[in-house]
Amino acid sequence: MRDIRLLGDPFDPGALIGSFMDANRGLGGICTFVGKVRGSEGALALELTHYEPLTLPGMKALADQAFARFDLMGLLMIHRIGKLHPGEPIVCVSAAAKHRRDAIDTVDFCMDHLKSAAWFWKREQRAEGWHWIEPRAQDHADIARWK
Amino acid sequence: MAIRVVFLGSLRDVAGGDERDLDGPLDWDGLVDALGDAFLWHLHSARVRIAVNGIVLANKEALAVCDGDEIALLPPVSGG
Repeated sequence: MRDIRLLGDPFDPGALIGSFMDANRGLGGICTFVGKVRGSEGALALELTHYEPLTLPGMKALADQAFARFDLMGLLMIHRIGKLHPGEPIVCVSAAAKHRRDAIDTVDFCMDHLKSAAWFWKREQRAEGWHWIEPRAQDHADIARWK
Repeated sequence: MAIRVVFLGSLRDVAGGDERDLDGPLDWDGLVDALGDAFLWHLHSARVRIAVNGIVLANKEALAVCDGDEIALLPPVSGG
């Protein structure tokens, strides 16, 4: 079962994971990561822009890679777009598999790729205005682990 | 009908808007000319990719578009 989506409004990861678990009968394990907007000092909001022709197709291609690489039963990959506030969920990846290692590694794999290779641009709102967030060296190191 | 140029991320600020229409047909030199000095450095940066109709070009200098096509200027994506 695959559920790969972009959402423009706040979502409840617990509700998504509950129905995802029900949809994968016979699973041996499920691993879930929920990322939230960090309450870093002075940050009022985070805005994510995407590019329709690339962003969701890119996430679907990432899901294809995960299914090819790991022994998976189901994959849930939800990413927010639009304006978010500290504490709001921004991403949720959940993998269902017969065995735990495939579920855990799938989530790690998908998160590293979502962070450093997915088509999202982020800017942060501070008291003095908006600032674009630049790529970090750590993101490239994270994705290199899977090469 | 025209060529639509979509500016993503910080390139939106450079362009002063989300998109701009240009007259076609257009090749790489034509795009560089049409977007002007503000984009010169960005267009030549290896970190800025270009997509045409949703396909990222392996070699952006091979760009060849006509009316009805959509070009996207893609700066590096933000990290975590």
